[in-house]
Amino acid sequence: MSEQEKTIDEFVSKEYQYGFETDIQSETAPKGLSEEIIRFISKKKNEPEWLLEFRLKAYRHFISLKEPHWGKLNYKPIDYQDLYYYVAPKKSEGPKSLDEVDPELLKTYDKLGIPLKEQEALAGVVAVDAIFDSVSVATTYKEHLKQKGIIFCSISEAVKDYPDLVKKYLGSVVPYTDNFFAALNSAVFTDGSFVYIPKGVSCPMELSSYFRINAKNSGQFERTLIIADEKSTVSYLEGCTAPQRDENQLHAAIVEIIVHDDANVKYSTVQNWYPGDKEGKGGIYNFVTKRGICHKNAKLSWTQVETGSAITWKYPSCILKGDNSIGEFYSVALTNHFQQADTGTKMIHLGKNTSSIIISKGISAGFSSNAYRGMVKIKKGANNAKNISKCDSLLIGDKCSAHTIPVLENQNTSSVIEHEASTGKISEEQLFYAQTRGLNQEQAISMIVNGFCKEVMQKLPMEFAVEATKLIGINLEGSVG
Amino acid sequence: MAFLEIKDLHVSVGNKEILKGCSLKIEEGEVHAVMGPNGSGKSTLANVIAGNPVYQVTKGSLLFRGENILEMTPDERARAGIFMAFQSPVELPGVGIAQFLKTALNEKLKSQNKNPLDAVQFIKRLKTRATALNISDEMLKRSVNEGFSGGEKKKMETFQMAFLEPDFCILDEMDAGLDIDALKTVSQGINVMREKTRSFLLITHFQRLLNYIEPDYIHIMIDGKIVHSGDKSLAKILEEKGYDAYR
Repeated sequence: MSEQEKTIDEFVSKEYQYGFETDIQSETAPKGLSEEIIRFISKKKNEPEWLLEFRLKAYRHFISLKEPHWGKLNYKPIDYQDLYYYVAPKKSEGPKSLDEVDPELLKTYDKLGIPLKEQEALAGVVAVDAIFDSVSVATTYKEHLKQKGIIFCSISEAVKDYPDLVKKYLGSVVPYTDNFFAALNSAVFTDGSFVYIPKGVSCPMELSSYFRINAKNSGQFERTLIIADEKSTVSYLEGCTAPQRDENQLHAAIVEIIVHDDANVKYSTVQNWYPGDKEGKGGIYNFVTKRGICHKNAKLSWTQVETGSAITWKYPSCILKGDNSIGEFYSVALTNHFQQADTGTKMIHLGKNTSSIIISKGISAGFSSNAYRGMVKIKKGANNAKNISKCDSLLIGDKCSAHTIPVLENQNTSSVIEHEASTGKISEEQLFYAQTRGLNQEQAISMIVNGFCKEVMQKLPMEFAVEATKLIGINLEGSVG
Repeated sequence: MAFLEIKDLHVSVGNKEILKGCSLKIEEGEVHAVMGPNGSGKSTLANVIAGNPVYQVTKGSLLFRGENILEMTPDERARAGIFMAFQSPVELPGVGIAQFLKTALNEKLKSQNKNPLDAVQFIKRLKTRATALNISDEMLKRSVNEGFSGGEKKKMETFQMAFLEPDFCILDEMDAGLDIDALKTVSQGINVMREKTRSFLLITHFQRLLNYIEPDYIHIMIDGKIVHSGDKSLAKILEEKGYDAYR
């Protein structure tokens, strides 16, 4: 039995040893995971019985599972009993204005050129649902959206206010049986975002949510549920920044998206969790399950810019169930220093005339490892389905690595899968050329890398693209010595 | 103090010595042409002045406005006013020309403690220089050198030079691969930049370019050394006698 298996085995077979009594007055649950802790979380959040049952089922399933290790990832075993699963915010009340938001966080936003203050001024352009720790403390523009019948709130609020919707859709795309981390999230998720766009409504603004990990040793288990009803349209932005931190932090989120007939959802992510220091110490472990289901004539487009985390394990996917539905995946994954990313997508074609496109750009620098892992599956009934995949890797230096692991499965003779892959390096010649124009080496690299990613960056909403371009530059700092 | 002074320069790539004691002096406002057969070290000279790290300087000095620039990185040299138009410029896929030049110019202005151009000033400057060189708006929207023909690349190099307004311009084989119309446009673009305060170093294999850009001095380079210097009349003599007379 390997070290990791031993740990998991120990954990699974171990009785909860801390003798923790459910104390509803306490703001933080003690370290560790057990049915009691889950009951505590559920009680703390005044959840209905069905949700507690959902969590407990997930937990019972979770303890029967082993952590997956098929990814091209190498990390120390995670001690799931050494984590906090519920941490309430330090203040009992949320900030009344942005002035009350942690100045450290505002500084990080400033560095990225997206000060919240500015966003407030941009009223009507971006709605901000900021999550600090595990409880949602600020939701703006909700009222404005409400007039259109759009629901945009924390998932905890949705459980209280729209239980039928949550009950109907929670776990419908990513069941708790899906995988190890999905089971974990289903058992202990504390908060996240909920979006419902009613029939025929086009959401008038980009919906945005900023997350950050705050308290020490607190695993973050966001749960996002987006439902786009028939003929509706929405663009959702998710962005993460995390301040420097010494210890590895586990992050296992789930995003579920239901795209009904003729609806259109665009989900954009800029992921910038703390990646660890230059020696590879610290950093976030990010194990995410993101999946959407497309009904007839529906379209789901994932765009992600992944620059953060020590470990990234993430495959935003589309189940193209309805005829003529479309799935898209545009990804930039940048790893530097000792970061490891194993990311890609799954496109499952079930309906007729379904089509999907995958554009993946991986950039590795330093000692990092960057893998694209993708699956395109065209099932028997998916007549005239079509997929185009293009996976490009760019290497900076000679200590890093890039891997492309595509799985293509076509069970329908009328359907087509096209796959293209390339690996290249930034040439000395390109650097010299840019330098003779007056750009320093870091600017030159940043510009060449951003050029390499352009196809994906163009898919991001404008304000996000600016932020992402800066992020690429910031994350490439020190990639050449 | 000379504007640019090269003294006894020895340069190698790997173990192979290419420049074997090259000396050259250029004053402000002068146009010099270095001519020579293939493999004589002309392009190496251009690259060494621009700071290409592929070449190792083993001996000698390189002074720009009296300052030894051998220790300076290529971008520091660029910001100090040195520009090289490449013989075959490399492609930068996805890097827009406008964005590239804006960053380049603003870096230069920053190093001179000047304010960067705002969007309106920038566009105006970009458009003016582009029009002068018959460069269309469509072309400005493309990525740097990506998918450009030989002629387009040379035009774009000239355009970048005109836009960045360097003090010392190195033009490496600007005529190579150009048809007569493109050669005229490019030469015109270079000629309008001739000023009392700006110097040029033309690297060329053929005399043809010098019909369009008249140099003040011509140097003949053979086997890593300048073996003969003279005024523009030297070009005619070369055309008749060839390089063999100087070997």
